[in-house]
Parts: sequence; C-alpha cells; structure tokens
Amino acid sequence: MTLLIQQFINGLSVGSIYALIALGYTLVYGIIKLINFAHGEVMMMGAYFAFLAVIVMGMPFLATLIFSMVLAALLGITIERVAYKPLRKAPRISALITAIGMSLFLQNLALVVFGATPKVMPTVIPKQPINIGGIQVGTVTIVTLVLSIFFMIVLDRFIKNTKPGKAMRAVSEDKEASVIMGINVNRTISITFAIGSALGALGGVLYSVAYTQIFPTMAVMPGLKAFVAAVLGGIGLIPGAMLGGFIIGMVETLTKAYISSQLSDAIVFGILILVLIVKPTGILGKNEKEKV
Amino acid sequence: MKTENKKTYILNLLAIVALYIIMKVLMSQGILNRYFVGIIIFIGVNIVLATSLNIATGFLGQLALGHAGFMAVGAYTSALTAEALTSEALISQGIILPNLVVLIISMTLGGILAVLMSLVIGIPSLRLRGDYLGIITLGFGEVIRVVINNLDFTGKAQGMSGVPILTNFDNIFWIVVVIVFILYTFTNSRHGRAIISIREDEIAAEASGIPTTFYKVLGFSTAAFFGGIGGGLYAHYISFLDPNTFGFMRSVEILVIVVLGGMGSLTGSIIAAIVLTILPEALRDFAEYRLLIYSGLLVVMMVFRPQGLFGTAEFSLKQFLHKLRYNPILSPRKEVKDGD
Amino acid sequence: MALLETKGLTMQFGGLTAVDNFEVSIDKDELVGLIGPNGAGKTTIFNMLTGVYKPTKGSIHIGGEDVVGKTPYQIVKIGGARTFQNIRLFKDLKVIDNIKIAYHHDINYNVVSGIFRTKKYWAEEKKAYEESIKFLEIFDMQDYADTLAKNLPYGKQRKLEIARALATRPKILMLDEPAAGMNPQETKELMETIHMIREKFDIAVLLIEHDMNLVMGICERIVVIDYGKIIAKGTPDEIKNNPDVIRVYLGE
Repeated sequence: MTLLIQQFINGLSVGSIYALIALGYTLVYGIIKLINFAHGEVMMMGAYFAFLAVIVMGMPFLATLIFSMVLAALLGITIERVAYKPLRKAPRISALITAIGMSLFLQNLALVVFGATPKVMPTVIPKQPINIGGIQVGTVTIVTLVLSIFFMIVLDRFIKNTKPGKAMRAVSEDKEASVIMGINVNRTISITFAIGSALGALGGVLYSVAYTQIFPTMAVMPGLKAFVAAVLGGIGLIPGAMLGGFIIGMVETLTKAYISSQLSDAIVFGILILVLIVKPTGILGKNEKEKV
Repeated sequence: MKTENKKTYILNLLAIVALYIIMKVLMSQGILNRYFVGIIIFIGVNIVLATSLNIATGFLGQLALGHAGFMAVGAYTSALTAEALTSEALISQGIILPNLVVLIISMTLGGILAVLMSLVIGIPSLRLRGDYLGIITLGFGEVIRVVINNLDFTGKAQGMSGVPILTNFDNIFWIVVVIVFILYTFTNSRHGRAIISIREDEIAAEASGIPTTFYKVLGFSTAAFFGGIGGGLYAHYISFLDPNTFGFMRSVEILVIVVLGGMGSLTGSIIAAIVLTILPEALRDFAEYRLLIYSGLLVVMMVFRPQGLFGTAEFSLKQFLHKLRYNPILSPRKEVKDGD
Repeated sequence: MALLETKGLTMQFGGLTAVDNFEVSIDKDELVGLIGPNGAGKTTIFNMLTGVYKPTKGSIHIGGEDVVGKTPYQIVKIGGARTFQNIRLFKDLKVIDNIKIAYHHDINYNVVSGIFRTKKYWAEEKKAYEESIKFLEIFDMQDYADTLAKNLPYGKQRKLEIARALATRPKILMLDEPAAGMNPQETKELMETIHMIREKFDIAVLLIEHDMNLVMGICERIVVIDYGKIIAKGTPDEIKNNPDVIRVYLGE
C-alpha cells in the first residue's frame, strides 16, 4: 500500500513535468493550429541553459530556473518569427514539415555545440528523501510538483485576468475578428510562444534534475508523450493539457512499476490510438464539427 | 490503347534498357567498381522509399513521419522469411528456390505486414481531419524500434546478422522500374485522382462524392506497402540489421528526399534520391554536419521553395525530346509544328 | 414525389436551438430560395442537408431516401450535391480534372486495371474524358479544359464549382450564396447559368442567398427564416409584401 502511494506521488511528479510541456503544445496549437514539433527541443535547450547557468555561472537554483526560462522564451519567439510566421498562409503540411525541420535543427545544433555525450546535471536540490508517515518521497519529486503547480496557477491567472492573456484567448477563438478588435495578433502569438517555451524550459530543467542527464535527443520521448497528453486532455485546452499530463505520468509510472518498463512507451501510444478512436477531441474537448 | 501512348511506352522502355546496358558495360569494364555499385543499390532503395512516401505526403497531403518504421517491419519480416525459405530443413528436402523468387516472396510479405500496421494506425487517425497522422506515425516509428530492440527473434539490440544476400544490381534495377511504373499508373488512375483531390481540398473532395477516409487509408497503406518492400531490398543487400538504423532520423531523411524533389512528383523523388544518396558519400568529411544541414534544408525549402525542385510536375522524356528536336538553337532549320 | 423533403428538422448546439422545426419540400424542376438575415440558421440547414451536421431531430429525404446520419459523400451518391459559399475547387488541378473527380463513381475499373492499364482502363478513361468535355461544353467552358482551376476568373470559378456539383448527377443541387463576392455582371451571368441548368437538367435547386434581387428574380418559391424558424413561405410577390419579412429585413 505504501509502495502504491509512493508510486502515485512519483506519477504525479512525472505527470506535472509532462503537463508543463503539454501546455506549450496546447497553447501554440490553440493559437495557430500548428503542432509545434520543435517544442520538445526548446525543453532540451532549456535544460542545457540551466546546465550552463549552474556550471559556468554558478547560479543558485531559482536564478537558474529564471535564466533558463527567459532564454527559452527568447528562443521560442525567434523560432516562430524565423520559421513559422512566413508560412502562416501556406498549406498545413508545409508548416508541419518546417516544425519537424526546426526540431531536428535544434537537436543537431545541440549535438554540434555540446556533443553527443550526456552532460550530468549537478545536484541543485539536496537529495534526501523525506519521510511522511512511512512514505518515502524524494525532495526532487516534491520540488517538481510544487513548482509545476505554482506555475500552472500563474498561467491560469495570467490567461484569465490580464490583457495579453485575454488577447491570447481572443486570437485562438477567431484571428480575423481579433484584428478588427484592435488586437496585435503578431505580438500575441509571440507572447504565446514565449510562455509556452518558458514552461517547456521549466519542464526541461525539472526533467534533467530528476533524471540527471542532458543530451541532444533527451526531449524526443518526453516531448512525444507530452503531446499525447495534450491530445488526451483535449488539444487547445489549457486544463486539458494539465489533466492529460498527470494521467500520462501516472500511467507511465504505474506501468513501469507493475508491468514492464520497456512497454511503457508503447502503452502511451496505445492510449493515443484509443483516444483517437473513442473521443478524438480529448477528455475535456467538446464534440464540435468543423465549420464549412 | 492509342498508338500515341504505345509510342511513349516504347520510348521510355528503350531509354530504361539503354541505361541498364550502359551501366552493365561500365561495370564489366570496371569503371563502376563495387563501391559504386553499392551506392547505386542504395539509390535504388532510397528511390523505392521516397517514391512510396511521396504517395502519402505528396499526393495525399498527409504528413507521415514513420516511414522508417514500415521499412523496419519490411526489413525484419523479409529477412526472417528469407531465412526460413533458405533454411537447411528445406534444402535437405531438396527444395531450393531461386534467389529472385525468395526475394520477391520475402519482400512482398514484408510489404503486407507493413500494410497491416498501417491499417492499425491509419484507420483511427485518418478518419479525422487534422494532423493526427503525423504524430501517430512518429510514435509508431519509435515504438517499432523499441519493440525490435526487445524481441528475441529479431536479435534484440545486437541486431540480426547473416540475412541472406539476395539484392543485386540486376534485380533491384528492374524492381525499381516496376515499382515506379506501378506508382505512376496508380497516381494517374481514378483512384490516384481521388487521392490528389483530398490533398487539394478534403471538404470539396467529400462534396464531390469521394469517400475520403477510404482513399486516405488507401494512399497511406500503399505508401506503407512499398516502404516495407524498400526495407526488404535494404535487408537483403546490407545483410545485417541494426534496429537503431530505423529510427526517426531515417524517416526524416526519406522525407527530405521527397520535399527536395517536390511533393507530388515521382520523378522529382527519383532525382532527389540520386542526389541525396551520392552527396553524403561525396561529402564524407562533413558527416557530422549532415543532419544539421538536412534539417536546416527542410526549413529553408519550406520557407523559400515549398514546391521543391519539380513541384507536382513529372519529367517526361517525350516532352524533353520534343523540346530538343524543335529547339531553334539546337536545330535551327527545323520548323516548330503544332500537335506533334 | 418530392426530391427533397424535410420534416421537423431541428438542430441544437448545447442549449441553443439554431434551427427549429424546419420543413420544406422541393419537387423536380423547382427552384426554391432560402433567405434570412445573418445568423438565421441558413448555413446550419445546409450543413444538415449535406451531412456535415447530424440533426438533433427530424428527417431528411432525398429522392425518397432517408439521409440522416449519412456522410457527405454518401449523400452525394444518393443525389444531394452542393457548392460552397467561399468557392472550394481543386485549385492546382486542371478544369477537366475537377470534373473527372466528380465523375469518380461513374468510372468503372478497379485498382489493378488502373495500375496495369487494361483495355477497360483505357475505355473508361476515354469515356470519362469525353463526358467531361461534353459537360464543359454545356457550360461553355470547353476552351478552359486544360487551364488550372486557380487561374480562372472569379465568375468562371463559381461556374466550374456548379458544373462539378452537377457532374455527380444529383437529384437536388444546393447552392450556398453563389452570388457572394460577385459584381453585377457576374451575377447576371450566374442567373443565366441557373436558368440554363433548369432547362437542361431534370433536377431541383435549393438556393441560399443574401442577394434579394437574385432570389426574387429567379426563384418561384421562397422560404424565409429568422432565428432558426420559418417566418414566411410563398412566391416572390407574397414574400415582398409579407409584413414579417419586411420587419426582419428592414427593421422596425
């Protein structure tokens, strides 16, 4: 029983990282209807930024986080400006191929700059397990969970209560109408990319702290799983991304603990296929048909 | 059949036979040594992989990111089948099949298994409008790799060695010719037109009476079938299968060929397959930058020349000769006649 | 028997009733106009008739066959063809190929004959080509057969879209604001095209339109809806003088 609870908490922690990354997919999809394949690589770059901040500049943990998130936000804005903006009116497949290209470009750039050998993330959070009523929980797990939930609340407040947040919702609802209403669409898209990328970087830093390794292809699997999480919860929906992230994290942890660690990836994609068959709009999605 | 069409077929066939003879002569003279023949065989494999992916991505307009997965399914199935067909048990019973027969049976089986996989992932995702196929094929490619890495009969991560060597220049040349012919006539049939109409406008296609889900699945599984065959050809040349060569990057390399050649142009894919197979060989010194360049190329192509080299047009030998013949500079005395 | 008949057709989105109890019956050779202010539910009705939406309640029969729950392409096969408000053509294909795609089901050969180009393939493709050319001749567009659809002038694009819909051999043709974005000259040509269709094809036509002059000029019956409900039915003259219609269109 205690073991199960322990796994449950681990699942929540892993899930919160997926949720953070899934938010980036969902925000961007909501606003420009593009699967931003490069999002996972922004997460990976975020981890490298944090590594540099700790090793080269010797920053403390919180400063590292902020440093990494700011740089990732800038990276996200740049990617959108360089690669996606020129293709807004192009066929969807062109934009998707660009996103794939961008994703690989960043991966290989990291490979050339940092090399293929994994970098080891130094222990930025002291790793002594905390004992709560007989249940052993790692500090990393707790910090991950707390930070993720904190930033999700911040995001929620931002979207609901601030002007740029409302603009984001308006643009994802109807781009043309937003232009007429005087919303600066380009700036709103940039803000969306910045926020999504910063959250992705946060996920990347937490991921690299939890798994201690940073390498150019580290984001491929968590990126994919986070996307599955976004679809599971309902792509384009912010609460959906969070819910999906937690579910996927939970499923993965429990599969690894009780079934097979090798199979866990296959099961996650099995879930995706199942969602597409049963309810393609996701758990929280409304069944709406495309307007013709 | 109209005589006009017959003439075109004969012209193309003559050109292909001529190419074959020239290459055979160059080989017998030692001008094309084993190293070059190896590259030519890889070109053949890449042509099969790229033209087949082009059906899904260029003609149907659906992003498929797991072609290496189908290739892997085809490669391993074909390798295992060929091993069974050439096993001691069969030989001791006096059943000795010719190499070509073993190759054709094995790779066809590989193609069929790839089709089954494509149906499992294609039917749920292609029922829907949207970009689900991209992500699901990406996941599929990764899962296949993980599964092969863990299965006993595929040799796990150590790979599978001693795959019967069956592919050679002669058979791959003609297999490529047949496959390209099939894909060409397929895309120019009423079924091909239905597939292209979905790329052009899915909603309009449905409103014109096209059962879009059926044709999306048909296009995608056609791509998977020949992707599997490409994998078989590869397996029976290289003889050693390493699961990690069928990763996501392999899928992207095939996609780059399609994009560079032009989505919707089979001849474009052929030219691009030739260029992108030779180029990395020629630029060995820059190998570590190859993937960086490939990925950068994808972005640059999409932003500046999304139609690739050929767009959706096909290279036509007949038109090419026509142009040469009536080119005022090359043959100034001949008059340009209409309707020749 | 009516070619198109709906009974109690209702569509609800969540709690909102977009279309309420819509009933219409259109016979062969009839041209019925469906008008109403923006947001009245015209397009929702169209989407139900063409299988894009499944109605919450009610029935739709085309040529006597129940089409509720059928997909758009199945409805096309049964005999309901449509055009779109913002023209949807296969832009990068030739005009003739746009028609040939609509002929898809009348071309009769399987994948294998298509790949190996059997006698049947050549015969059927030849037939498809000739039929398509004949069809373009009806619309006086045979000279554009090899033009890419995107290179046609606007009025001709609309004409091609109508021709493509008719090439599916429908029982009823549904036109969604065909005059949208047209100048007066193009609108005039469109009216001529619609007249021509009614002379040469044995079909019923349902027309959604904003342009009152067009509707009044060519429809013999008009249905007016507002807030999802039918508020008037009748001949153009009756509609012109109906106080409810005047109120809805001109405001009080």
